[in-house]
Amino acid sequence: MSTNDAELLVKAEEWARAGKKIAIATVIETWGSAPRPVGSHLVIDAEGNFLGSVSGGCVEGAVVAEAAEVIASGEPRLLEFGVADETAWRVGLSCGGKIAVRVEPVT
Amino acid sequence: MNLEQLAAVNRLIARHEPVATVTALEEGLLPGDRLTVLKPEEVSHQPYAGAILEAFRTGRSGIVEAEGRRFFINVHLPPVKLVITGAVHISQALADIARIAGLDCTIIDPRTAFATEERFAGTRVLAEWPEDALPRLGLNRYTAFVALTHDPKIDDPGLLAALRAGCFYIGALGSRKTHARRQERLLKSGFTSDDVARIHAPIGLDIGAVSPAEIAVSIAAEIIAAMRAKRRAE
Repeated sequence: MSTNDAELLVKAEEWARAGKKIAIATVIETWGSAPRPVGSHLVIDAEGNFLGSVSGGCVEGAVVAEAAEVIASGEPRLLEFGVADETAWRVGLSCGGKIAVRVEPVT
Repeated sequence: MNLEQLAAVNRLIARHEPVATVTALEEGLLPGDRLTVLKPEEVSHQPYAGAILEAFRTGRSGIVEAEGRRFFINVHLPPVKLVITGAVHISQALADIARIAGLDCTIIDPRTAFATEERFAGTRVLAEWPEDALPRLGLNRYTAFVALTHDPKIDDPGLLAALRAGCFYIGALGSRKTHARRQERLLKSGFTSDDVARIHAPIGLDIGAVSPAEIAVSIAAEIIAAMRAKRRAE
């Protein structure tokens, strides 16, 4: 079980050593009410398995999808999420806050 | 980040040493050049040294700008320590909760029938008297101390050490009557009534807890409330 961010990084190392291609997503900035503090991690593998959270469940699906492309390209990405109804087609945060999430591959 | 950098961070976290990762946020850098893993003593040569030291001091991660570049500092501080006297039923549940909540838990009990690895899988258990074990553990203001044996011979030395060390949370199990007698003993040891009033007793938030696991939840909640007191006041 990996419920805190220190354990998540240990799990990330285990996955990488087992030969999995993985990415680590990190909350690097928050504005207003944000569900998870700066520094929170989500660890994702190429099959879409993930551990941890960057938003308590609101935008993880989108981050996991972006992570697949980060793993494939080897290039980090910066994602921003705002309120859910801002753009109807995009996921977002119902709490009204805004977060920036950096997704980077472990090479 | 590469695997060696990730492993270096994990090694320091496992040793309970503070560590920060500093990520350059601009584009076009080689992956290995984007990230630096730093211990506090390695910070001084960095252009953003002040901001990193501030992050180590406060435990707050965030973005800084230095020399026209943007960096993300992610700081990992050692976990808050929880020291318990009494390898009892409540401690078994409390040790599990502590692990999930990211507290670094140690249990002390000289009674070898209680202090077994089998009863506390995954938690550090010392089958020693508190007088012997506590100096090694280095109690300080980032430590929570909990006395759960009901036995003054085991609990009192721990409470004395916790009061002297200024632990941010001190709690002791026992009825109001038991605690009144405990207060008298501590006052005779030279502590003031203000010192003694720092001890949370009856222990735990009042949620009407009955089972050992429920009592452990109430104690953990009280520890977290003390740990986040500043945030709650904001």
